[in-house]
Amino acid sequence: MSDASKTLPHSLPRPPEELGLLERAWAAPTGFRRLTEINNNLIGPLFVITALGFLLLAGLLGVLIRLQLAVPGLQIIDADTYNQVFTTHGTIMMFLFSVPVVEAVGIALLPAMLGAREMPTPRLGAYAYWIYLIGGFAFFLSLFFGAAPDGGWFMYPPLTGKAHSPGINTDMYLLGIGFIEISAIAGAIELITGILRCRAPGMTLGRMPVFAWGMLVFAGMVVFAFPAVIIASTLLELERVFDWPFFIPERGGDPMLWQHLFWFFGHPEVYIIFLPAAAMVSMIVPTMARTPLVGHSLVILALVGTAFLSFGLWVHHMYTTGIPGLSLAFFASAGFAVSVPSGLQVFAWIATMAAGKKVRIATPTLFILGFLFIFSLGGLTGVMVSVTPFDWQAHDTYFIVAHLHYVLIGGMVFPILAALYYWAPCIGTPLSERMGKWVFWLLFVGVNVTFFPMHISGFLGMPRRIYTYPAGMGLEIWNMISTIGALIALIGGLLLLFDIARSFRLTGGEGNPWDAGTMEWLPNRNYGPRSIPTIDSRYPLWKNPRLSEEVEAGAHYLPGTLTGRREGLITSPAEGIPQYVAVLPGPSWTHIVAAIGTAGFFLVLTVEWVVPAAAFGTLALAAFLRWLWTGTDFGPIGEGRGDIGGGLVLPTYVTGPLSTSWWAMGALMLVMGSAYACVLGSYLFLWLVNGDGLWPPAGIGLPLLDRGLLALGLYLAAGAAVWGGGALLRRRGSLPFWVIPLALLALAGGYGADIASLWEAGLSPSSHAYASASYLLVTWQGVNVIAGGIMLLYTQARSWAGMLDGVRRVTYDNTMLFLIYTAGQGALGVLMQHGFPRLL
Amino acid sequence: MRVRAGLGLLLLAGCSGAQTPLDPWGIQADRIATLSHVLFWGGGAIFLLVMAFVALAILAPQRWRARMGSRGFLIGGGIVFPVVVLTALLGYSLGVSRALTQPMSDAPLRIEIVGRQYWWEVRYPDLGEGAVTANALHLPRGREVELHLTSGDVIHSVWVPNLHGKLDMIPGRVNRQRLRADRVGTLRGQCTEFCGTQHTLMAFDVVVQEPEEFDAWIARQRAPVPAPETEEHRRGMQVFGEAGCGACHAVRGTPWAARIAPDLSRVGSRPTLAGGALPNNRGNLAGWIAAPQDIKPGNHMPAYARALEGSDLIALASWLDSLR
Repeated sequence: MSDASKTLPHSLPRPPEELGLLERAWAAPTGFRRLTEINNNLIGPLFVITALGFLLLAGLLGVLIRLQLAVPGLQIIDADTYNQVFTTHGTIMMFLFSVPVVEAVGIALLPAMLGAREMPTPRLGAYAYWIYLIGGFAFFLSLFFGAAPDGGWFMYPPLTGKAHSPGINTDMYLLGIGFIEISAIAGAIELITGILRCRAPGMTLGRMPVFAWGMLVFAGMVVFAFPAVIIASTLLELERVFDWPFFIPERGGDPMLWQHLFWFFGHPEVYIIFLPAAAMVSMIVPTMARTPLVGHSLVILALVGTAFLSFGLWVHHMYTTGIPGLSLAFFASAGFAVSVPSGLQVFAWIATMAAGKKVRIATPTLFILGFLFIFSLGGLTGVMVSVTPFDWQAHDTYFIVAHLHYVLIGGMVFPILAALYYWAPCIGTPLSERMGKWVFWLLFVGVNVTFFPMHISGFLGMPRRIYTYPAGMGLEIWNMISTIGALIALIGGLLLLFDIARSFRLTGGEGNPWDAGTMEWLPNRNYGPRSIPTIDSRYPLWKNPRLSEEVEAGAHYLPGTLTGRREGLITSPAEGIPQYVAVLPGPSWTHIVAAIGTAGFFLVLTVEWVVPAAAFGTLALAAFLRWLWTGTDFGPIGEGRGDIGGGLVLPTYVTGPLSTSWWAMGALMLVMGSAYACVLGSYLFLWLVNGDGLWPPAGIGLPLLDRGLLALGLYLAAGAAVWGGGALLRRRGSLPFWVIPLALLALAGGYGADIASLWEAGLSPSSHAYASASYLLVTWQGVNVIAGGIMLLYTQARSWAGMLDGVRRVTYDNTMLFLIYTAGQGALGVLMQHGFPRLL
Repeated sequence: MRVRAGLGLLLLAGCSGAQTPLDPWGIQADRIATLSHVLFWGGGAIFLLVMAFVALAILAPQRWRARMGSRGFLIGGGIVFPVVVLTALLGYSLGVSRALTQPMSDAPLRIEIVGRQYWWEVRYPDLGEGAVTANALHLPRGREVELHLTSGDVIHSVWVPNLHGKLDMIPGRVNRQRLRADRVGTLRGQCTEFCGTQHTLMAFDVVVQEPEEFDAWIARQRAPVPAPETEEHRRGMQVFGEAGCGACHAVRGTPWAARIAPDLSRVGSRPTLAGGALPNNRGNLAGWIAAPQDIKPGNHMPAYARALEGSDLIALASWLDSLR
């Protein structure tokens, strides 16, 4: 603080043993055990490097495509292999590079940027990394076995149904990628919790850096968009394995259902990728221009506005499917609207550069300028293809390939490269400025030379996803130019990776060479900042040039550890008022074993080896249970409270809505609710397609109402039992013996009645989409019932072990929230199942 | 219909019949081509303007930069300007959409096209029994037609850019598109929804004819093929039966009427073979029958190189080639 009258929370110098205790709590394991570390300072950079690895692999596939298309008639690879190559190129880029890389930068930087020591659920974040690494690599290997998906990255049925794709290629996508989406969702839940509750005191939402807003918006969008593709994948896998005809028109299904579900995910997906990158630009430009971001609040509004609007655009991927004109007009208008917030951000960056004294042109700035060029061009072609009649010509041609690469490479890859060069000295050694300029120019020229001609070849009639093209259509010259560009870009990419390998070491940071104003530039170790400052500005390091020294000396809050373990300061979501100190888990093997088990389960199911899959699943479950048992809900340790400085005494254990785990459960329920909304939406869509008269169709009966009402009652009873049990636990201080058995019986009984209502009515799920949709409701409920049952048993075990009582009840609270959700979902399902067809 | 000058034709170097939206042969494609030019030039101008602002923000004299470094500039350039331009564009584009979907007549000629891996079945239900062909779409010049599109297996898409935008063929649904071809000649159309291994080689010919020639063509399609006149052709027709071709392919005026594979009545008069994969001549016919899996691996026709003697193969190809 430049205001000398404000006293700091702690007097200096600090007692010598305080730092040692802090270092010991946060010490990284050595040798082989280093793998067990969960600290975001390690997981974040690992995540980034792995994502860059996938960028290289998928990029090489892209170069292979370009080599094949350099001249007409080349058959370097045959048609089947080519189809796997382009599908894998797109799938890896979208699922294994784009989303993970922006998430990774968030994990690496956000805690420090927010003045926190760590993410709120570090083992979950580490688990998300490991399933991503194992699953992603296995997915890539499938190419070498001819088992990679080959239906295009959006995998439309009926092509990807069992009849037209009998091999395991499609299953590799549905299961192999499907479970990696769990990684993204886990990351999103952690980000929401962390950004809202783990900030420095005084960091109100208004003072929170734009990158944190970008990641908050990212996480919220993942929560609402990813479940749609998970549901779509589930439906297609159920159709392929059990012949439930969701997408087969002869039996009441509709291929359009897939398209709606997929693009409801797919459009927000591209903003999920772009918005964090734009937010990174909003951090880098002010530093390079040496002035605060112009229009800071408007930029945040633009991020949030884009996120909302992006959920209303998905049909623009379906303009050519024959959807009525009025609907198309709505989506075209929404498509125009969404470009306004993006344009606003571009002008905010221009204004910021103009407002600074002199813009420093270093490698990060070059990549930002490259981003502005490439992304603006891509954004403008985006407005063009939003115009429906234009898209009727451009759709599924190389014009779209040009557009999508301009916005993705311009809008995300260039900002990520700017971020690498900008933030490398924040967490380790800097990259080479000299080589960086070469990397920039090679990539900038290469990307433009590759993709600009595709606008032309698309408009000369070249469709997408073709392994060659005829001579004499005027396409030869443009394809040759594109291929040359790809090779130029490849050299640039390889130079970048060479420089990273040669120059970058993870050291914890080399000071603040750009003289930036935000807190990630404070001295940072395993434990993050030595002490946690109070914030009163958007650019704390500019406001107080002595902040680094003060923090490093331990003058601010929490310069040590209250419990001897790893801790994080938890604050209120809007105002940043300190509320409690959370005890965080440390390194362990459990999340790695759980990741191996999870990955093994899904990958082995792809080849239908059911027994090994069950073994992997059991392994994962055992690891989860051990993880929960040893790494969560420690209860009050010692006195259960401590002085964090300045006389502020905070508890080290809280329950109820104040606890971060309540918030994480809340985010999880939003995910589950969003998935269930897609399940209900699928049911209603199939009804719309079939019509009242065919819902149910002749010869298929309604579910049995008496069983349904029984299920409804028992679900509600299970929820009530758990809720009532919670009240008793709070009041009496211990869990009555009958609560959990009662809840288990009610849950199991309710589920049994739910299934019976269909089974005993003679409904067979493969007979018609009506039956499949009905069984879908019950199948999805089964996921919740099984998970809820396991949680109940685990909670009972904690109670028996004396690890659950009236004070120490975070475990019970989480289980209660989950069970109440499950009961509610079950009740809603019964109402839909039994009420809807009868009310028609 | 005016031919529009511009970037498109410069790139095309004047070849008509090229598969491109920028060489419109019909009223719908013409409207979209005009729209495309507006979008290209307008988008290009906005792009240059934004890049100029970026350059000025860094390089301009301090006085200019100070003016740009303000909230007013941000709101003017980032909100007011886009909202005004996009609103205008929305009105214009909705107008174009509306014009495109206005029917031009009460009784368009109905044409049903069924997409299959990897060929096209084309029927003219209004023109009588037997008005069926495959892989070639004949259109009368100046008359509005209504395409009825569906699929027999997976999702395909019909795209003849010189006439109109594309429209998907979705199993279980029929999508309709009205268009009118205003110039005589041959065009190319292509499948534009990834439909499997040989999506690449799923194209078709579009032949726009004067109404009298179109009527004559329809009459020939409907008529039974004449009896073979030469010894070679008689042998060829015999081989067609013996080799089992009739199990999948139909030829009008013969006992063979299967619809599993392309209709081969008058196949000799089609511009291309195998979904646009080969120019149509007797040699290519023979080559296709002998080894379709070498030309279009993964398509559904088996190879006949081993099953047929060389002379029988040539006879068969000759007979088919004579069906015009």
